[in-house]
Amino acid sequence: MRTETEIGYNSKIEGDVVVTTVDAALNWFRKNSVWPMPMGLACCAIELMAAGASRFDISRFGSEVMRFSPRQADCMIVAGTVTYKMAFAVKRIWDQMPEPKWCIAMGACASTGGMYRSYAVLQGVDQIVPVDIYVSGCPPRPEAVLDALMKLQNKISKEPVIEKLMIANL
Amino acid sequence: MGNLIFEKVTALEAAKKFKAKFGDLISEPLEFRSETSVQLADAVKIVEVCRYAKNDLDFNYLVDISSLDNYGDDPRWTVVYHLRGLRHGCELRIKTDVGEEKSELPSVIGVWATANWHEREIYDMMGIRFSGHPDLRRILMWEGYPYFPLRKDFPLAGKPSELPGVAFTKLTPMEGGPFVTVAGGYSAQSREPRIRIPETDSIETMGRLERRKEIQEAHGHPKGPGPIEKK
Repeated sequence: MRTETEIGYNSKIEGDVVVTTVDAALNWFRKNSVWPMPMGLACCAIELMAAGASRFDISRFGSEVMRFSPRQADCMIVAGTVTYKMAFAVKRIWDQMPEPKWCIAMGACASTGGMYRSYAVLQGVDQIVPVDIYVSGCPPRPEAVLDALMKLQNKISKEPVIEKLMIANL
Repeated sequence: MGNLIFEKVTALEAAKKFKAKFGDLISEPLEFRSETSVQLADAVKIVEVCRYAKNDLDFNYLVDISSLDNYGDDPRWTVVYHLRGLRHGCELRIKTDVGEEKSELPSVIGVWATANWHEREIYDMMGIRFSGHPDLRRILMWEGYPYFPLRKDFPLAGKPSELPGVAFTKLTPMEGGPFVTVAGGYSAQSREPRIRIPETDSIETMGRLERRKEIQEAHGHPKGPGPIEKK
């Protein structure tokens, strides 16, 4: 039976050997096991919990566990309003995450400050942390969060890992 | 123990007893839309007044303490106490005025312990101090934040500030003004939050076609000036 996969593996011709690039392999490992660090600050956290529960199962996509320790997580999902009071704490948690790490800004408040244009709310978590994917919604549906995770997976699959490591080590 | 445990009493009666006890200190009770309120003439006496309300009139639950900024009027602050008796179910409102130079009144924490956080919030947002409060510090903003945000002279967009290592604030981009809805709008589109122009609000509520033409002629759009060009 001929199977079509991303890496063009044809078992009849090639047997049990898969030939690929190191980048593609590393990216495949990374994107299929993105363990989120839920920075659940407000109402979006409830929808994030829903995305993690059985109906909208996030672990189908490899996010098997929500790791609350930043040291063990890959992706920080900022779900909720980031106030100025909380801003430094979010930044500290982000700094404690080891590379490779990504950030999803979930919901209007995390993306841009949302409906709170006021003296106490940080107008978007991208002011302190580099965001990869923004999800709109108040709150976004769990399917939107899963869509964001899939877009993040696409983004990860295109990353030039070896090149980045070589540049970092120079 | 209060002597009103098994009596059915209304808030107005309780307020009249209040007035009878304190005379000139308490104003005539005002009843409006089934809510009773009294004005206290001297803020310094708030503790004994509240103690009487709790012990003798059986208002054992402090619902909230709130404050007003009468910006421009002479006693700048008004502090409002909402009391409730859980046994007789009556609610009473006590208002006191505090002048800006003093900006201080006694804490009622000795009467109801819950006043602790209410008074801290008033101090944080308005800057009114409470004497006798054991731990008067900011509760929502952080220690060292230099402003009092809910005062009327503090802008909606906030002011930039910086406390290294603790927190920072920036000016929020308002983009033309606070976006407000019209509650009685005739369609979801008309209820969308926009920069509001009062002349167009009746159109949003009533949807009258005649006025629509007028506004179209004046502003070039049937709903009034767009968000950028505000006439």
